Amino acid sequence: MNAPLPNNLNSADTLVLYGESFASRLLLGTSRYPSPQVLENAVQVSNPGMITVSLRRQGTSTAEAHSGFWDLLKKMAVPVLPNTAGCHSPQEVITTAQMAREVFETDWIKLELIGDDYTLQPDVLRLVQTAETLIKDGFKVLPYCTEDLILCQRLVDVGCQAVMPWAAPIGTGQGPLNPYAMKLLRDRLKVPLLVDAGLGLPSHACTVMEWGFDGVLLNTAVALADDPVVMAKAFAMAVDAGRVAYLSGAMKPQESAQASTPLVGTPFWHQS
Amino acid sequence: MRVIVNQVAYELPSKSMVSDALALIKAKPPYAVAVNLHFVPKTKHADFVLNENDQIEVIAPVTGG
Repeated sequence: MNAPLPNNLNSADTLVLYGESFASRLLLGTSRYPSPQVLENAVQVSNPGMITVSLRRQGTSTAEAHSGFWDLLKKMAVPVLPNTAGCHSPQEVITTAQMAREVFETDWIKLELIGDDYTLQPDVLRLVQTAETLIKDGFKVLPYCTEDLILCQRLVDVGCQAVMPWAAPIGTGQGPLNPYAMKLLRDRLKVPLLVDAGLGLPSHACTVMEWGFDGVLLNTAVALADDPVVMAKAFAMAVDAGRVAYLSGAMKPQESAQASTPLVGTPFWHQS
Repeated sequence: MRVIVNQVAYELPSKSMVSDALALIKAKPPYAVAVNLHFVPKTKHADFVLNENDQIEVIAPVTGG
């Protein structure tokens, strides 16, 4: 049966960030794919709402290896979300964001301010002020942060209209490590919440969407799969499934068993 | 005058502009520039005067997560 979904479960249910609608609740990173062709195919099958991009010094091996990336971006024609990956100070973040705005011609910025190189944990003590500075400079800031409720609230207080807590450290694929805090965050904050980093399986993405998160941003789980293209599709389907499940209203877990088949009229009842 | 472009030392005439440094390294668009950790928009490349030991970053788009 392929019955159409009610309107609130399909076309009308779009991800809206800073007043702008996106085609999908999946945001996809563009790094670490086996080849540009695989990246392009993964983007094509998963139809992400945005794809993340970055900046590196021209003339370095990294930049030279990506010399065709600009053309590929134009060909894919998906909204881009530049990041400030690798920045360790507010000034590095602000300058990188301003350079990204000029190169990519977008006000969107994924704010990454790294506080620890081993865990890639964000520098939460300087994140809020940096976000505020960027917002005052006209950026639409999507901050990569931890799942700490007060941190996320402070980011909202300074003008972030969406927040992106991690599920686990970047690239670990461990899935949500602190479900209690993440569900509490969803319950307390009314702005869009996107899980950024740490997802390894489509079931992880589906789970956080079932909790009411508004989207996911992932990269490594797709790029390092044996078949990134098929995995990209699996994540897209999982995100949709989790979202629809959330909107459907899940049943409350019960402590004791409750028969789903009616008991009245059960044959041989009390005869043995 | 010694300047550093993407961590490599170069010699430029005094009072050179950002655009002179870009020409020196044959920078290929698209790129963006920062001098001493401050963004220099492209509208100012031709009249932003460099100083001795300035650190110039010329960045290009790459993949990102």
